Amino acid sequence: MTVESFEGNNFYEDDRMKEIYTNEKFKVLDECIEKNKLKPGPLMPTLQDAQRIFGCVSEEIQEYISKALNESYSKISGVVSFYTMFSTKPRGKHIVGVCTGTACYVKGSQKLVDKVCEILKTPYGQTTKDGLFTIAPTRCLGDCGKAPVVMIDEDQYGHVTVDQIEKILKKYK
Amino acid sequence: MNLTELEKIKSDTLETVGNKFDKDLRGHDKEVRVVLRNCDLIDPENINEYIARDGYFSLNKVLTKLTSKEVIDIVKESGLRGRGGGGFSTGTKWQFALNNESEQKYLICNADEGDPGAFMDRSVLEKDPHVIIEGMAIAAYAIGAKYGYIYVRAEYPLAAKRMQIAINSARKNGLLGQNILETDFNFDIDIRLGAGAFVCGEETALISSIEGDRGMSRNKPPFPAEKGLWQKPTIINNVETLANIPQIINNGAKWFRGYGTDKSPGTKVFALAGKVKNSGLIEVPMGITLGEIINEIGGGMAKKQRKFKAVLTGGPSGGCLTEKDLNASVDFDTLIELGSMMGSGGMIVLDDHNCMVDIAKFYLDFIVDESCGKCTPCREGTMHMYNLLDKITSGQAELKDLEKLEELARLVKKASLCGLGQTAPNPVLSTLNNFRDEYVAHIVDKKCESSVCKDLINKYEITNSCIGCRICAKKCPTNCIGGELKGLHVINQDECIKCGTCFEVCPVDAIITEGVLN
Ligand SMILES: Cc1cc2nc3c(=O)[nH]c(=O)nc-3n(C[C@H](O)[C@H](O)[C@H](O)COP(=O)(O)O)c2cc1C
Ligand code: FES
Repeated sequence: MTVESFEGNNFYEDDRMKEIYTNEKFKVLDECIEKNKLKPGPLMPTLQDAQRIFGCVSEEIQEYISKALNESYSKISGVVSFYTMFSTKPRGKHIVGVCTGTACYVKGSQKLVDKVCEILKTPYGQTTKDGLFTIAPTRCLGDCGKAPVVMIDEDQYGHVTVDQIEKILKKYK
Repeated sequence: MNLTELEKIKSDTLETVGNKFDKDLRGHDKEVRVVLRNCDLIDPENINEYIARDGYFSLNKVLTKLTSKEVIDIVKESGLRGRGGGGFSTGTKWQFALNNESEQKYLICNADEGDPGAFMDRSVLEKDPHVIIEGMAIAAYAIGAKYGYIYVRAEYPLAAKRMQIAINSARKNGLLGQNILETDFNFDIDIRLGAGAFVCGEETALISSIEGDRGMSRNKPPFPAEKGLWQKPTIINNVETLANIPQIINNGAKWFRGYGTDKSPGTKVFALAGKVKNSGLIEVPMGITLGEIINEIGGGMAKKQRKFKAVLTGGPSGGCLTEKDLNASVDFDTLIELGSMMGSGGMIVLDDHNCMVDIAKFYLDFIVDESCGKCTPCREGTMHMYNLLDKITSGQAELKDLEKLEELARLVKKASLCGLGQTAPNPVLSTLNNFRDEYVAHIVDKKCESSVCKDLINKYEITNSCIGCRICAKKCPTNCIGGELKGLHVINQDECIKCGTCFEVCPVDAIITEGVLN
């Protein structure tokens, strides 16, 4: 997928990092780790918990998990980079997914992707400067009958047209 | 829980809410409801309603009356073939695992549903989760497994939630865990979530993922039935495959063979989508013709003036079927003969505004993204195939690139490690086979007949067939279309950004494109 790039999207450094690492969050993670350790193959569930709790699995969090589960850091890093659901940087407050599965694609969802990138002035797959939106690569939301489909956080919109997308995004601003 | 209690719950529930089960939810006479029989009828979070629909009676029958071998024989006799794409005989696969004398064995339900453009498994997971639990318990009994996993793709949080609720209530009712249905059979299930990797639908990659590794495929043999999860014999079955099991046990192999064809018995759920009028989930007996699905159940093209061009089946591993195949029987073997495959059940209908080269490129883009990177043919080969297709769609290719593309396709197919790479060239080969002219037109005439490939479009123009409806003018994002209502419209070429919106919305196809060479 080629989308022209917009420069300088590195809001996530500095301020937002502080909010990410709170003691409470690590406490929740610890509880999850204890539970996961009881099962065989605890790494994936733990990373999923971390992604949910912190909104990302940054290098610091990977190191933390590496110690807690007694797994090498390199292995954890390998797993994190393999799966698209794990991000090493915090995601935006809202996740915008324009489905580019086959059913949506043949109904012109590429135009929606382009439009979203244009409106949010952010390349595909990245987060807006203000940290409000992440444009997440999305393949089939499992609602192909309503193609093209757009999902923002937990809300799903079907039969979306290029005209509607701006209005939909406004709701989250 | 035991049979008497099951019967009591059934009759009590039927008395209170039974009448809601009488609804006929089929959208068309040619549809049947076997796998989907409970979907949208029962409350998926209420185990009693599942029991009222004869739920867990099959499991009871299996645990109290049948041996493992007898269960496998029934499944073999039914001729059930795996619905995850491969179409391998389910009974035979179970037999492999039963024959293995290992102490520990595993059963995995593959709910990764990776094919972009398909949502059959999602419906069953969300709307009838207990049928999967029952199917899994029966399978586990048949092969001798005590532990099972459901691997649900991360994009389906509701499915995972419903499954968890169902598992909890099955445990509470003595239908999972120790001494199921008061017999000495023990079996329990855990849910594992995917994390957004298509290749994890492939069985060996799925195993790696559950083990907590990068989801990379492994060499086969050894097959999972021999050495799978944690090196133990493991059977992996698709959601829809397992959802068929309780009814096969309840009604018998002969009943099951009453649907479908001799070699592909039973029904198949398809996700019909794309440019067809009635899109959605359908369940049909195997052997129905493609035309019946698209024209009768699907109601033909969504836009009357558009012409049917092809239907994509098998997702990124499949191919396309065309006009000439409309009378073909939809079953495992026929679809392969026709150069496509059944796949997991995605069916995407295309019309004459879809470009086949672009579709092939779309699938390869997906594969390049999703290749796990372990073997070179798949990692590098598909990338080069993508680049060649990109050259073609942007008008930079020569005819000899077509030969290169075909050669590469054959190589990737032969040399790749797992099913992902081995089938990745199929969409290219199949579209080349059916639409070679279209490829050649892109290369030689620099023309995209369907007006999709933007680099090959020089300008949009409005012909005399314009009825002056103003639709295109209203939709044009740059407001560059002029003309009175009922008068001929004109595009101001200086301001046109070639977005193609007018071309898409025109109700009478009055807008044409001009190629770069004209
Ligand atoms: C790249 C790739 C992706 C696959 N994705 C799925 C999938 O999403 N769901 C599925 O059930 N099977 C999928 N399969 C097939 C599985 O490997 C396996 O054959 C299947 O789950 C076996 O179940 P069955 O015998 O019940 O069909 C995939 C195979 C390949 C090669
Ligand atoms: S392809 Fe978009 S929802 Fe399935």
